[in-house]
Amino acid sequence: MAETLEFELVSPEKLLMQRSVEMVVVPGAEGNFAAMRGHAPVISTLRPGVIDVYDKRPEIADRIFVAGGFAEVTANRCTVLAEEAVPLSDLDSGALDQAIRDLAEDVTDAKEATARVAAEKALNVAKAKRAALRR
Amino acid sequence: MASLKDLRNRISTVKSTQKITSAMKMVAASRLRRAQEQAERSRPFAMRMERMLASLARSAAVAGQGPRLMVGTGHDQVHLLVVVTSDRGLCGGFNASITRETRRQIRTLQQQGKTVRLMIVGRKGRDNLRRDYNSLIFHTITDLGGRIDFSLADRISDRLLAAFDAGEFDVCTVIYNRFKSAISQVVTVQQLIPLPPVEPAEGEGAVAADGGKAVYEFEPDEEAILRELLPRNLSVQVFKALLESSASEQGARMTAMDNATRNAGEMINGLTLLYNRTRQAAITKELIEIISGAEAL
Repeated sequence: MAETLEFELVSPEKLLMQRSVEMVVVPGAEGNFAAMRGHAPVISTLRPGVIDVYDKRPEIADRIFVAGGFAEVTANRCTVLAEEAVPLSDLDSGALDQAIRDLAEDVTDAKEATARVAAEKALNVAKAKRAALRR
Repeated sequence: MASLKDLRNRISTVKSTQKITSAMKMVAASRLRRAQEQAERSRPFAMRMERMLASLARSAAVAGQGPRLMVGTGHDQVHLLVVVTSDRGLCGGFNASITRETRRQIRTLQQQGKTVRLMIVGRKGRDNLRRDYNSLIFHTITDLGGRIDFSLADRISDRLLAAFDAGEFDVCTVIYNRFKSAISQVVTVQQLIPLPPVEPAEGEGAVAADGGKAVYEFEPDEEAILRELLPRNLSVQVFKALLESSASEQGARMTAMDNATRNAGEMINGLTLLYNRTRQAAITKELIEIISGAEAL
């Protein structure tokens, strides 16, 4: 067995996942990066995207969508602080298409600037979810 | 002297009160457990966020400057106090101790010539503080409902950030009850903006343990990460305060209702004794009347 990395996925409301994995691929703000044991210490922001967890390469054990957050990688640990995290298998493309349509309407209907920004943010997240499913 | 009927009524009133208080106690106990679990679950996130902030702050401190959320506006003229109370009463000194501390803070700050503004969470705090400080209140949030979720904390912190960016205050402090145990809640005053320097508590040792004194690379860069991380951290701190406060509220209510139930029990015992004595006295009196009537013949 290859050397493992401690992977932790935490949301504000609870600790979602904590286990030893071989590799995780994280959607960093400046591009995806893979974290394995011995990775140089990095702190990065995340963009909406998918975290791929590899218990043993090349199979992907878990695919989790995150709406954003932060990742901290050290030589033997990878911590992801996620704002919203959903297993990819729980996403439904039909419902998402509907949500994207609704949110696009919200964006055009929004009267206040703050409401529009919030709606746009939600729309981007929904679009990213959709894109993640297509891949 | 109260008649027998009056006493019977009193006893039944106290008994039904006791039923209510003991039911409330049970409800509070089960809610307390839930609130505690929720607080427990949110702890890992806060812990890791602090760790990340500490390592960021270390390298930002080298740079000598940081975003405004960290270094402040350079003034401390306008203070915003976020007061976390509950929506419902009947929880002992829970709300009273918070408002007492708030009043104390307001007085001290005003004596120093500062301007104070209030943001109040919970109906009870609003009702209490509105009497004297209505003009200071700039936002209130009530009807929290039973569950506290992160989006509520997010809403509060968005509101705070908007006001901060608009230059409406310089320093933000939150006042809440920290949950120590079911019988003891500690009024805590914590500064949120500007963020006091993070003490790398047990973090320092932990960092050394994994991968040496890690010098992090930052992606995109420290500034950008801090810009995103600090508002997040604000939400997390607000969330923590809300959770602690809700656990404290339930703890305080449980204790208060336990006391009330016990007092009602004592009262029932006292009244029952009085009732029995009165009844016996009436019987004795009637007997004496009959006997002396018979003797007189």
